[in-house]
Amino acid sequence: MKVKHKKIDYSKWGYIFILPFFVSFFIFSFIPLLDTIRYSFFEYYRSGIKEVGPNFVGMQNYISLLGSDMLKYAGNTLILWMIGFIPQIVIALVLAEWFVDARLKIHGTQFFKVVIYLPNLIMASAFAMLFFTMFSTNGPVNSILMSIGLTHQPVDFLGSALGTRSLVGLMNFLMWFGNSTIMLMAAIMGISPDIFEASELDGCNSIQRFFFITLPQIRPILAYTLITAIIGGLQMFDVPQILTNGQGTPDRTSMTLIMFLNSHLKSKNYGMAGALSVYLFIVSGILCFIVYRITNNDDPDGSKAAAKKAKKLQRKG
Amino acid sequence: MKKQVVSVLLIAAMTASLVAGCAKSSESSPGNENTEGNVINIYSWNSEFRERVEAIYPEVKEASKDGTVTMLNDGTEIHWIINPNQDGVYQQKLDEALMKQADASADDKVDIFLSETDYVNKYTDADADAAMPLTDLGIDPETDLADQYEFTKVTASDVNGVQRGSTWQCCPGLLVYRRDIAMDAFGTDDPEEIGQKVKDWDTIKTTAAELKAKGYYTFSSYADTFRPYGNSIEASWVSPGETTIKVDQKIMNWIKDSKEWLDAGYLDKNVKGQFNPDWNQAMGSSSKVFAFLFPAWGIDFTLKKNWDGENGVWGVTNPPQEYNWGGSYIHACTGTDNPEHVKDIILAVTANKENLLKISKEYTDFTNTKSGMQAAAGDNSYASEFLGGQNAFQYFVPVAENIKIAPLSAYDQGCVELIQSSFSDYFQGTVDFDKAKENFETAIIECYPDITAVQWPE
Repeated sequence: MKVKHKKIDYSKWGYIFILPFFVSFFIFSFIPLLDTIRYSFFEYYRSGIKEVGPNFVGMQNYISLLGSDMLKYAGNTLILWMIGFIPQIVIALVLAEWFVDARLKIHGTQFFKVVIYLPNLIMASAFAMLFFTMFSTNGPVNSILMSIGLTHQPVDFLGSALGTRSLVGLMNFLMWFGNSTIMLMAAIMGISPDIFEASELDGCNSIQRFFFITLPQIRPILAYTLITAIIGGLQMFDVPQILTNGQGTPDRTSMTLIMFLNSHLKSKNYGMAGALSVYLFIVSGILCFIVYRITNNDDPDGSKAAAKKAKKLQRKG
Repeated sequence: MKKQVVSVLLIAAMTASLVAGCAKSSESSPGNENTEGNVINIYSWNSEFRERVEAIYPEVKEASKDGTVTMLNDGTEIHWIINPNQDGVYQQKLDEALMKQADASADDKVDIFLSETDYVNKYTDADADAAMPLTDLGIDPETDLADQYEFTKVTASDVNGVQRGSTWQCCPGLLVYRRDIAMDAFGTDDPEEIGQKVKDWDTIKTTAAELKAKGYYTFSSYADTFRPYGNSIEASWVSPGETTIKVDQKIMNWIKDSKEWLDAGYLDKNVKGQFNPDWNQAMGSSSKVFAFLFPAWGIDFTLKKNWDGENGVWGVTNPPQEYNWGGSYIHACTGTDNPEHVKDIILAVTANKENLLKISKEYTDFTNTKSGMQAAAGDNSYASEFLGGQNAFQYFVPVAENIKIAPLSAYDQGCVELIQSSFSDYFQGTVDFDKAKENFETAIIECYPDITAVQWPE
């Protein structure tokens, strides 16, 4: 009995160590979050230096947002994100597979891993500034294209929706594919080599191995990458903001949701901006929930359907 | 399970906090104090005003090396609070300070702040009462500022005609042209003859065709011609007390003419807007652009900086239409604890003819003194080396005297910026006219929540 009493309880240290995070989270994130939600029901902005409100308006902000171009901007955001994400995940998968494959014997994988991760270290706004200068009508890219004779007139990259969107996509791709590659490599390395060996003994070629073994095995991480990328994409802001000077030019085709939010904050329109934030919060919340369900599944092959099937079989059996 | 619920909540909350804006609220009410404080706080967006005060204000004893503090003879310190104008940072910081003005301790109160023509109206608003009426300081605009140009006084006045700011600067614009291109295209670079060729919009259009035939652009972009049109509108963008934007016929003329000029090839299609690298390049020696429309500061700060050739290639002449572009106004902030100093500084920098002429000579500003500028126009010591020995004041004076300044509103900055960016798409052929109108409406209502509608002229 006495021995049990003397057992030292270290758990309070654990709580003390995580306390700073929770305190700062509570003050700097949680209270502003509640405030944002509260203000979303108010008419509250500044006209010049005169403050208007806060006057309670109920759901008015939410309704007028639905009537505005919000859905169009959501569409823009989705398109911009897809243009970057599709090449990002494809290239990342291929690279991860190659780097991990012992039989390919690629030299200097460490070096390449660092290099592909480097663009992520540049500040997004600096990156966007760089592209803005490079692809301007009098910029170096146009000079090169003209001097090698590919075009006689300078190409107006930033003057067309396709050009601007592709540039935003390209930048996001360059910045994030290294990150995904490293994450997927970790996932592939986590697969038991026994499975690969067994498949080779069964005469499986590399393409079959990729589609029937690697892909299903890394599905949880893949889903995680996908969802976090969507959440990141929802918040796409700095690259298009800098590239188009905050206007989403041309014809507002590269205006993202957060740029829309930002233009409300210019007039300190806390009510409308709050309502928009709440919409984004709900969407992000749903996505987070999906991630949570996927990553916390204890089903054998990572898919929900398989898990359900297994459970049913168990119950029957 | 509980832990997992907590963790999912945390993830969700953190994500949300990333997209959520912070909110603050503060009240402001006018306060008064009568004792003179030790610190004069001046809000500005660059060192322009500081340099001028240090150059001409006789009470200045010394300035700190980093340029943040200037000591006066009586021991009072001027603290300079400089925030850049880009992306509205200056106005944001100033607005925050003004909101806190009533509760701030004497040494933290804003005493003087500056504003630009594009948003001066926001601060001279009678209800907001951020800028003090000059008469409350003991300055009588009728007598003390009698030598100032009339339109600068109108600009700094509120709706009731009470003047709430004063400026040392006056910004009449000229046409600045390349002499070498003029020689090549017209066989002469004489300012009088070029002036005849650009004397109004119809004449300059014929001239533009001549330039085009020789492979030159008349102006670099449609944004270059915006100011003459946009700063001479008949009625303000938003009438006082209304929430409807009324687009002026002059703006529609600018849209029509710009499209016509661009399609005709009189403007460089590659230059979109101003203050960007393409525009700066258009001022270089390899550019094919014949002329720019600039006030004094434009020649000195923008053109000179971007020009990579010899002095004397650029010349000035009369613009196709008299116009004003820019101008910095000095305001005494309501609630200041140094009203005597503030009055003294405003009078020294904006109403003292000798001081103003000194600024004109040192910084080539066109200053706000009618008699002084007339004298400068006839005085060859004001000739500019950059303009090849030409005395630009000779051309500035008649423009300044004929300027009809557009009535202002608190919404001007957004309107001016957004109408240009919305119609840029139309000029470039990305969208049609109606779509550009629609985009302007969307953008302006996003920018100003209290605007309810946009009215276009028939």
